[in-house]
Amino acid sequence: MSRLHAAVITFPGSNREGDVAKALRQAGAKVSHVWHADTGLPQGTDLVVLPGGFSYGDYLRCGAIAGRAKIMDATRTHAARGGLVLGICNGFQIAIEAGLLPGILMRNANLKFICRRQHLTIERNDTAFTSHYAKGQIIDVCIAHGEGNYIADAETLKRLEGEGLVASRYCDAEGRVTAQANPNGSVGNIAGIYSDKRNVLGLMPHPENLIDGLTGGTDGRGMFASLVGALDKAA
Amino acid sequence: MKARVTVTLKNGVLDPQGKAIEGALASLGIEGVASIRQGKVFDVALSTTSKPAAEAALKAACEKLLANTVIENYQVEIG
Repeated sequence: MSRLHAAVITFPGSNREGDVAKALRQAGAKVSHVWHADTGLPQGTDLVVLPGGFSYGDYLRCGAIAGRAKIMDATRTHAARGGLVLGICNGFQIAIEAGLLPGILMRNANLKFICRRQHLTIERNDTAFTSHYAKGQIIDVCIAHGEGNYIADAETLKRLEGEGLVASRYCDAEGRVTAQANPNGSVGNIAGIYSDKRNVLGLMPHPENLIDGLTGGTDGRGMFASLVGALDKAA
Repeated sequence: MKARVTVTLKNGVLDPQGKAIEGALASLGIEGVASIRQGKVFDVALSTTSKPAAEAALKAACEKLLANTVIENYQVEIG
């Protein structure tokens, strides 16, 4: 049984790489930290993590400059081979700007930076990221973003909805996906989406914040446990 | 050689910042403004003196980085 080897990429202005590394290690993964200017991923990388933060100070567009970093060529190759990629918050924005996921994350509809607890749905549990959750489970995690308002053209949205590529939606504590439970104006309350082969996940909220009861809850653990378990299943 | 690149949101893409500016103008009592769309302007100093080379470089710059063509249009003026 081999351990999941995660490569956590640090861009100038990333600030959640330590937290996500801690969450991965807690779940049993081996973690390598990789600098954005590196050209290759460590040998044996199973999962590339694009962490949250404010890469390049959100200059130009959120994630735009990081999305063109040298390491993203290797990340695209990794994803094209079916390798796992997890982009959280700014990492979701980076994944979109790098062409790994469709659509765009616009300024929050209320123009405010939103930092608070938020309930989410787990739309499906048959992916490498969610097998430790129940299908339709409601989890309580954190959001902290100014540009999380997901939008895509009508054709892309139809495909995301039709092919089950919506990973997670903003909901209330009872799991109701309503306009009131939508923090940022995202179409369809979308909080996260998968790539076509569901090996790339972009997620606006932060599961890595919720891995310890001492600091608010453990609803985020399932994602990291799923990733570690996914490799065991594949091996 | 100098150039100006203008990047604007495509029609139909919601622009919350433009809406906020519209609201601010209305609150300042400035009349006659129907709507505002916010964009970006890049003033580019080019090291080449060849116009075709400049056009090619600026097109590549826009397509690869300056604009996200999913939501934005760009316009290049040279000289």
